[in-house]
Amino acid sequence: MISENMLKDVVVELLRKTVTVMPADVVNELKAAMQRETEDVPKMQLKAILDNLDLAEKTITPLCQDTGVTIFYVTLPRCLDLDVGKAITEGVRIATKEVPLRPNAVHPITRKNPGDNVGKGMPWVNYKVWDKDYIEITVMTKGAGSENMSQIAMLTPSQGIKGAKEFILNTVLRAGSNPCPPTILGVGIGGSSDIAAKLSKEALLRPIDKRNEDPEIAALETELKNALNELGIGVMGLGGKTTVLGVNIEYAYCHTASMPVAVNVQCWAARRGTAQIFPDGKVKYPTHER
Amino acid sequence: MQARLKTPIKEEDVRKLNVRDIVYLDGIIYTGRDEVHIHALEQAEHGEKPPVDFKGMALYHCGPIMKKVGEEWKLVAAGPTTSSRMNSLEPKFIEKFRPSAIIGKGGMSQPTIDAMSKFGAVYLAITGGAAVLAAKGITKVHGVHWFEFGMPEAIWVLEANNFGPLIVAIDSKGKSMFADIDSKVKGNIDKAKKMLKLA
Repeated sequence: MISENMLKDVVVELLRKTVTVMPADVVNELKAAMQRETEDVPKMQLKAILDNLDLAEKTITPLCQDTGVTIFYVTLPRCLDLDVGKAITEGVRIATKEVPLRPNAVHPITRKNPGDNVGKGMPWVNYKVWDKDYIEITVMTKGAGSENMSQIAMLTPSQGIKGAKEFILNTVLRAGSNPCPPTILGVGIGGSSDIAAKLSKEALLRPIDKRNEDPEIAALETELKNALNELGIGVMGLGGKTTVLGVNIEYAYCHTASMPVAVNVQCWAARRGTAQIFPDGKVKYPTHER
Repeated sequence: MQARLKTPIKEEDVRKLNVRDIVYLDGIIYTGRDEVHIHALEQAEHGEKPPVDFKGMALYHCGPIMKKVGEEWKLVAAGPTTSSRMNSLEPKFIEKFRPSAIIGKGGMSQPTIDAMSKFGAVYLAITGGAAVLAAKGITKVHGVHWFEFGMPEAIWVLEANNFGPLIVAIDSKGKSMFADIDSKVKGNIDKAKKMLKLA
């Protein structure tokens, strides 16, 4: 049976896994980047990145000190009589102490830090309902260095896809060495200003070795990745062949007068984790199965 | 060139370093990011001194994860934060407090490069996100100041032992590896635009 207490324990374990072990698709792409690289400086940076991943996993230590703010995506079966939000909040509080996570959440104006990553609107939980019988909880522990480089543009329909590409290119150029490249770009096209921004982050939940199901969007993802890797910003902005590890695009229909485009920049340390909690109490962590 | 330096670092030793040199550090390192810059400079305006003397020392743009074990703080993870957030305050910080080295990621803008030339300081780049590896080079936490700003924003007093490898990415002669990469990137934009059918 699923209880709030059990969910809280799952949230702690999910956070522990998420901040200490990277999903395989990102590790594979980092290793491929190392294989491609010919220059000494980016090679040295990639070696540090890969050595650090090994060390973090072996010692069960957060691989990056910036464990982000806790943004959750939860999908629930219909008619569930549980306060999932409360369990998540408690889980975050405990994980901050036990994993530990860095206490990052502060009041936006006073900058006061309560020390437990819990405050108004934090953890932030996005809810959906589905027809399946299990609960799915996904968390992204994303650092601010890359989040701070994210951008949104309300383009006009006449600027079209060309305008979108130009905006994505300019976002990468403006970010330069700052977001811990090689980055992953989550792109949200369409919807409205808020929906585009939301889609751009949700795009980052998809593994980078999976292309969008729509063949046209998939081709656009590949085109952008190849072009952006010609820029030479490279690893940590110190040059080299890999500036982006992947480009993931999600879209939604939008108003005939609008063309919203949002880019969410994700550092190489793209930590995401998912837990599935089944009615019999079994728990699976599909992002962290080896 | 590869160098192993102990803080406080003499200006003449700083001046010997060139971009692309590899440095390993020993001795005391202070962490300091947004709030430390804001408050140290505010205090200086009122004629007050910050709780530590940065002169000749290494300032690390870092908000570590610390864990209290008994009465002692234990370092868990300590990679660099994005240095460019301190761009507007760093030239003044260097002028006032005269650190010899700033450790961070992503580089800093021209006014900081100029301040480093003028006052004899270098920018040492460390791999962003590689926080467990970085923590291996810190052997002790001596203490903390300004903890009221929160764990990431406090001044942590760290003992470094062979902390590195760090790359001299900005030297005290006005050279910056990031500026070099920037001009290369500018030259590559046309090719990227062609591939995107924008040019």
